[in-house]
Amino acid sequence: MNNDLILRVRDLHKSFAGIIAANNINLDVANGEIIGIIGANGAGKTVFVNMVTGYLKPTSGLIEFDGDEITGINPRDITRTGACRSFQISQVFMTMTVLENLLVAVSLARQDLKSLLKPLYSDERINECEQIMRRYNLTEHRDKITNTLSQGVRKLLDIAMAVVSKPKLLLLDEPTSGVSSEEKFDLMDLVVNALKEQGTTVLFVEHDMEVVRRYVDRILAFYQGEIICDAPPDVALNDSKVIEYVLGESRKSTYENEQTVRAGYA
Amino acid sequence: MMRSILLDNTVRCVIVAFMALACIGLVLPNWILNNTMFGLARGLAVLGLLLLWRTGLISLGHSLYFGLGAYAVALLEKHTGSTDIILRLVIALTVAGVIGFFLGFVLRHYRGIFFAMLSLAFSMVLYGVLVKTEALGSTDGFSVSQTTFLGWQPASKYPLFLSIIAICIVAIIGVQFYLRSAIGYLTTSVRDNEIRVEYLGYSVARAVHIKYIISAALAGVSGALIAMSLGQVDPDSMVNWTVSGELVFITIMSGPGSVVAPFIGSITFEFLRTFAFEWAPHAWQLIVGGTLLGIIFALPEGLWSLIQRLWTKKGKVL
Ligand SMILES: Nc1ncnc2c1ncn2[C@@H]1O[C@H](COP(=O)(O)OP(=O)(O)OP(=O)(O)O)[C@@H](O)[C@H]1O
Ligand SMILES: [Mg+2]
Repeated sequence: MNNDLILRVRDLHKSFAGIIAANNINLDVANGEIIGIIGANGAGKTVFVNMVTGYLKPTSGLIEFDGDEITGINPRDITRTGACRSFQISQVFMTMTVLENLLVAVSLARQDLKSLLKPLYSDERINECEQIMRRYNLTEHRDKITNTLSQGVRKLLDIAMAVVSKPKLLLLDEPTSGVSSEEKFDLMDLVVNALKEQGTTVLFVEHDMEVVRRYVDRILAFYQGEIICDAPPDVALNDSKVIEYVLGESRKSTYENEQTVRAGYA
Repeated sequence: MMRSILLDNTVRCVIVAFMALACIGLVLPNWILNNTMFGLARGLAVLGLLLLWRTGLISLGHSLYFGLGAYAVALLEKHTGSTDIILRLVIALTVAGVIGFFLGFVLRHYRGIFFAMLSLAFSMVLYGVLVKTEALGSTDGFSVSQTTFLGWQPASKYPLFLSIIAICIVAIIGVQFYLRSAIGYLTTSVRDNEIRVEYLGYSVARAVHIKYIISAALAGVSGALIAMSLGQVDPDSMVNWTVSGELVFITIMSGPGSVVAPFIGSITFEFLRTFAFEWAPHAWQLIVGGTLLGIIFALPEGLWSLIQRLWTKKGKVL
């Protein structure tokens, strides 16, 4: 087997009481690749991310991460093997400050009891978090309670928390949804550069084709639970099926998607 | 590590306040001393509930551990004749902790009302067993002899009072230390977002389980100390669901703000009940209930927020 392969997916299938949400998914991802996942609403992008990170168990199929089978394993064990994720709707600790969120993430990233028993606010941990905050432009929000922050800042925090353990593979589910179009590129520049520095392999779900085009080496286009195109951006974005089933709807869906996210936080 | 704990403001204030209380105890009339003892002892169980509450959980069955602690003391005496304080505490702590460990495997998967009712159900089982079993004292329970200290039997209750104070100090420091640690912060984390905790690689179930065991152990010690102070155990005043209700009541009245709050709330409750009972022997629940409503409306964060407010005001003036 190829040593450079970080993720291998074979014949993945998922159905919910009759609805097929993932079908016949096959995929090889090499170390260090940056991949964009596109597709209309309900195409099965989140379901795919959820299966790889253990939130959903596939009905059938195989997922291998870094040479080990991880099919159906629970999220925390997958996290510990080095595959982390962020969420479509950011999942952070809402009543805690940005610093506390990161401190918890940093202390859990080291899985030893001694680190867990140390006071959360230890100098060494605070230093580490301050570095992370600098890298992700969170310093000015250090002591703010998370539920007072904008959606964009929360997204950044969500991603920062996912990467503190220096994962080998990171899956980002719509990192820019709910983020204003002016901020999108700043956010993605920050994130992608930081991850490239770390050598992390990234798969991210994205509705904005400008964003996709700018950062990815390869595109996976989803339609009705299947990958209808797996190619570099210039090929994929000109593919007739992609144009018909993804891009045709993407303008509308970007808008709808942001509306839903906003409504959820209104 | 120890230094950072001693530098902690709460801990310093607690040590000073409790030492003062220990001195005052020498001259307090008996009924006040008794009420304070009950209040402090019950405060330990409330402290346990506070830990769960901060995780977003309410147990309506903590009388299970409270009762186990109390009955452990009584049964130890009945079967071995021992009345030594150390043995009593160790056995109460162990029984409550071990049962909490086992039941925790079930309860750690439940939240909200299911957690509350399942806890209640477990405590009702113990209640039923005690009431029906002659060897366990049935509805009458047992009387508990005065506590001895390494063979010494004091003439007054003061040594027991001092011991309760010492145990409370240890418990407060322990829980404070725990809450300040990374694993302690998981109380808030778990309440805020379980998914995120799992995706940081830590088991939410385990985090809940640990808190559950600590809170069970605290309730066990609490029950044991009440049994020693009261000199008696019986199902209705130790294990019945009303006992659990009372503990939750005090928890809410105290507020989640501090590890000291449970003790202030619990002592307040003890005096409130005594006065209410004196004024209106047939309607004391009405007075106690009314007071709780008043506190909930006026101080949503509990009695502790009142103290906090007074404190900061004083701080500004000084
Ligand atoms: N837990 C679930 N139970 C039942 N059906 C589900 C569940 N999760 C997803 N689905 C269905 O699976 C399909 C794929 O959903 P998925 O969330 O993966 O879409 P998506 O591509 O992420 O869309 P969006 O762009 O809106 O986030 C949808 O038809 C959805 O209704
Ligand atoms: Mg989605």
